[in-house]
Amino acid sequence: MIDARGLACPTPVLMTQKEIAQNSPVALEVLVDNHSARENVKRFAESAGYTVSVAEEGGDYRLTLTK
Amino acid sequence: MKKNLPVLLTGVVIGIAALVLTACGNPANMGFCTACFLRDIAGALKLHSASIVQYVRPEIVGIIAGAAAAALIKKEWKAVGGSSPFTRFILAICVMLGALVFLGCPLRMVIRIGGGDLNAVVGLVGFIAGIYAGTIALRKGFSLKRNYAEPRIDGVWMPVLMVVLLVLAGLAPALFAQSTEGPGSMHAPVMLALAAGIVVGILAQRSRFCMAGGIRDVIMFNQWNLTLGFVAIIVTVLIGNLILGKFNLGFTDQPVAHNDGVMNFLGMGIVGWGSVLLGGCPLRQLILTGEGNSDSAITVTGFVFGAALAHNFGTASSAKGPGANGVAAVIACYAVLLIVTLVNVRASKE
Repeated sequence: MIDARGLACPTPVLMTQKEIAQNSPVALEVLVDNHSARENVKRFAESAGYTVSVAEEGGDYRLTLTK
Repeated sequence: MKKNLPVLLTGVVIGIAALVLTACGNPANMGFCTACFLRDIAGALKLHSASIVQYVRPEIVGIIAGAAAAALIKKEWKAVGGSSPFTRFILAICVMLGALVFLGCPLRMVIRIGGGDLNAVVGLVGFIAGIYAGTIALRKGFSLKRNYAEPRIDGVWMPVLMVVLLVLAGLAPALFAQSTEGPGSMHAPVMLALAAGIVVGILAQRSRFCMAGGIRDVIMFNQWNLTLGFVAIIVTVLIGNLILGKFNLGFTDQPVAHNDGVMNFLGMGIVGWGSVLLGGCPLRQLILTGEGNSDSAITVTGFVFGAALAHNFGTASSAKGPGANGVAAVIACYAVLLIVTLVNVRASKE
């Protein structure tokens, strides 16, 4: 799981990109805490071929990426 | 296409707002400029004594208030901060010094391009080069680290202070300095300027509009979404200026601009690099301030402080050319950007 809470864009996207490039996981969870990061990670993951579901958890967003 | 609509709409509205505000009194090719307007506010507060650039610009207050309203309604308002605040303050000073060497923030840069000012194209090349430098830093691990939830009041200060400033300027104008000639004396009616700011603030909050983020995302992720807003402003302003007969292609005789290409390039290079390190262009910092981000509020304070330094120490350019100490400021800013980048990248590897 990637914990990108409190980090400004594009760092959450970069963290996701790095994890995908290194380990090409079939499933990955990314935790973010703001809407820009949510949208940017979602957009990036979708362009990398993942399906993304978003769950809100007490002000944070848990993005589940699956291939 | 649907997901690109908010950004496109924001760009078109900013373009129209710039044209309308200019037609109603704002300086030419300066319908909307975050750097110039914060510089004018610094002057109105008597933080600098450049008598031609002093005015409480309602657009700035409107942008922050509009963003705050949109964030509150959409339940996105959150008081956060603590992500290297003083480094942000320093970076903001550099960005403002660079912007005032070029004479405009990224927003005014594209508005100038739409008016046919080719010096702004040189600035754009510098801006892209600076953003490229910033993306290298990000790839190497640059980060100002996490922010954290803060007491609500920390996110409330700046939006409230801005509104108080505008109200005071209306009730007791004698408190503030006010230009009687030059760009500071040229302004659209207060209510119109405020309304334009509010509309732009709301739209930019919804679309996450950012001039630096657009080019950054193209370089880093091949994502063109935010860049569309950039293009939308240029096209809108260009069409508007052609219709109004105000389009003037060339390097010389451009309003509130100089044609020292090297300084235009280097000035916007600082803005690009600094904006990427800060996580957003000056307009984006105003929006984030409205959303309750106190790091951005400190960044905006840094812009105002930087503008005062620029005029008090002769680093700001004028239409005649770079200021007496412009070159020294440019060198100092690049040194600061390089040091912040290297130290921070190194720290992230430990």
